[in-house]
Amino acid sequence: MELSGAQILVDSLKREGVEYIFGVNGGAAMPIFDALYDETEIKLIPMRHEQGASHAADGYARATGKVGVALATSGPGATNLVTGIATAYMDSIPMVAITGQVFTHYIGSDAFQECDVIGVTRPICKHSYLIKDCEEIADVVAEAFHIASTGKPGPVIIDIAKDAQIHKALFQYPETVDIRSYKPQVHGAPEQITKAAALIKEAKRPMLYAGGGVVLANATEELRQLTNKTQIPITVTLMGLGAYPETHPLAMEMPGMHGSCCANYAFTDADLVIAIGARFDDRVTGDLSKFAPNAKKIHIDIDASCIGKNVPVDVPIVGDAKNVLTELNKQVGTTDIDPWRNQIQEWKQKYPFEYEQKADKVMPQYVIEQIYEHYSDAIVVADVGQHQMWAAQYFKFTEPRQWLNSGGLGTMGFSLPAAIGAQLGCPEKTVVNINGDGSYIMTIQELVPAVTMKLPLKVFIINNMYLGMVRQWQELFLGKRYSAVDYHDNPDFALLAQAFGATGLRVEHTDDVAPALLKAKGITDGPVVIDFIVDEEENVFPMVPAGAGLGDVIRGLS
Amino acid sequence: MNPEERHIFSVLVENRFGVLARVAGLFSGRGFNIDSLNVAETHEKGISQITLVTHGDAQIIEQIYHHLNRLIDVIEVTDLTAGTHVERELLLLKVDTPDSQTRAEILQVAEVFRARVIDTKPASLVLEITGDEGKLKAAIELFDTYGILELARTGKIAMLRGSEK
Ligand SMILES: Cc1ncc(C[n+]2csc(CCOP(=O)(O)OP(=O)(O)O)c2C)c(N)n1
Ligand SMILES: [Mg+2]
Repeated sequence: MELSGAQILVDSLKREGVEYIFGVNGGAAMPIFDALYDETEIKLIPMRHEQGASHAADGYARATGKVGVALATSGPGATNLVTGIATAYMDSIPMVAITGQVFTHYIGSDAFQECDVIGVTRPICKHSYLIKDCEEIADVVAEAFHIASTGKPGPVIIDIAKDAQIHKALFQYPETVDIRSYKPQVHGAPEQITKAAALIKEAKRPMLYAGGGVVLANATEELRQLTNKTQIPITVTLMGLGAYPETHPLAMEMPGMHGSCCANYAFTDADLVIAIGARFDDRVTGDLSKFAPNAKKIHIDIDASCIGKNVPVDVPIVGDAKNVLTELNKQVGTTDIDPWRNQIQEWKQKYPFEYEQKADKVMPQYVIEQIYEHYSDAIVVADVGQHQMWAAQYFKFTEPRQWLNSGGLGTMGFSLPAAIGAQLGCPEKTVVNINGDGSYIMTIQELVPAVTMKLPLKVFIINNMYLGMVRQWQELFLGKRYSAVDYHDNPDFALLAQAFGATGLRVEHTDDVAPALLKAKGITDGPVVIDFIVDEEENVFPMVPAGAGLGDVIRGLS
Repeated sequence: MNPEERHIFSVLVENRFGVLARVAGLFSGRGFNIDSLNVAETHEKGISQITLVTHGDAQIIEQIYHHLNRLIDVIEVTDLTAGTHVERELLLLKVDTPDSQTRAEILQVAEVFRARVIDTKPASLVLEITGDEGKLKAAIELFDTYGILELARTGKIAMLRGSEK
């Protein structure tokens, strides 16, 4: 029997095991939404803005490891998806974004709501397809899911002309996908792995530097084995938090601009850095000429173009982290590095993350510590800014996919919709959204679907009444000229939450923090928003000023 | 700053809509340069070949190589400059021939460059010249002393010598 292109699309998505589609309807996508109308296997989640749809698909993917799916109409629908696509691209998140396109015969005529989506998204996606013929839909969907989820994952765009959605064809789903031009290299070269093992054996001051790639490759277990066997101290980046338990004695907390002094000093003194699924991002390395100057470098990454891009590497290993670590683990043993481990312990004890409790102020770091006390098992979805850094510093992550944040693009507004995706993907988990007052209001409208679906999200706003991270830079580097960062004119978020149909609470005193968090725990029939009114001008420390070396970290407290 | 080198990449791609834009976008988006670019179908159905001349230091060339490989529609990337190779380019020149004496002179020069006359009009000639970069540069300079009316060139194509692949 022949089916419409839209129905073929939906059936293809079912074959890929899609559970949720996050979307906003519109003219050029109406046949697809229509095909989803009485669909039972796939649930359509109507978001309130396409940016929310793409972040929700992204959050679902980050939390579950499966491919997230977003759907929008042509033109403005598609351009609204763009921020979420770029966010996913920067963090290598598997996503398929489907957009309706104007009728084939209108393409290129500046038709109503026409936009060259393929052109607009070219630099921010792993691959893209324009479908003008419904016969192509099934094959393209199969390829798109394969490409999005294998190798270095990333978003794939499928732009479907409206006539291709309406025309009919036979549905035949390909059993396998074989793309001759796409064969990711998953196995590391054996001789390189042997070289790496030899360097590890010789090193006196080795350190592991693990990134988001370890989580993406589901290689956490292998990483823990490597650490167990070698007893080498480890730092995990902002993107990888949870890949190794931060509560473990070998864990140094995250490195970089707002990372721990211990990890940053370790880089500066190490004689071997073993990077795994981490990309020597400038927010981690600081001034490259001063980065790990005494260390040989081993770099394991699925993406050859990432290796040697910022930092020269002695032993490059292109391959999937899980495969490479499995092989490497066979060749390594215990290391004889007690003095180095002692040094690390000393730094750890001497320079923990710390803050000053100011009188009569709710300290943002204290709120995070309390969130950790009450929700240590939760999935934490953070937004972008100071609160994100405090969350990364003061919450102790122990499991992969427990910490979701937009590390690469740094997209404000990411967290609330991403938390919705994460909650749907992991219904048995508690999902805590740590948000900023500036970030929250960028996608606040997504509270609507959260309320409608009665999602028990915990939305905790670290409200400093400022675009705090920017204000911090203005304070430190621009003589306190607070240009366009004062957010005192924001609405009362507790009242606003109530207007949305959620529970809204406001906390202004330190003593009320823990009781409010406890109370939130008991509310499970919908989202709870707690507006924590915190110290307005608290800064994030330690801080490696932009352009400085990691050794020049400002510790903050005198 | 490391020394810059000129490299010729042969890129086999799926002959699909948008491939060239992806390749070009990779260069423009990262501030890499394209000196010359040639695209044509190969003898294998559905596969096109892009010959791309670029320059940069060793690190940039390596990045270009990896980024080309990363494109989904790219089947194979070869850095031809890494091996011994031959390269050629085709040039079409329309030169001004105001009188018979100049015309005769131009035809003599054409002989030197083994140029073929492919169109002739009373006041102009169209010449076809193939060669490597040095030869074409010399030809253009010489013919320009007579007045080049129009010029078109293909961009380089290249190939490894012998049995290298
Ligand atoms: C979409 C977007 N616009 C601007 C920025 C620049 N930016 C980075 S952090 C920040 C402040 C975030 O403010 P808030 O959410 O209140 O968090 P805080 O730093 O106060 O904790 C801004 C404006 C950004 N990252 N993303
Ligand atoms: Mg703020």
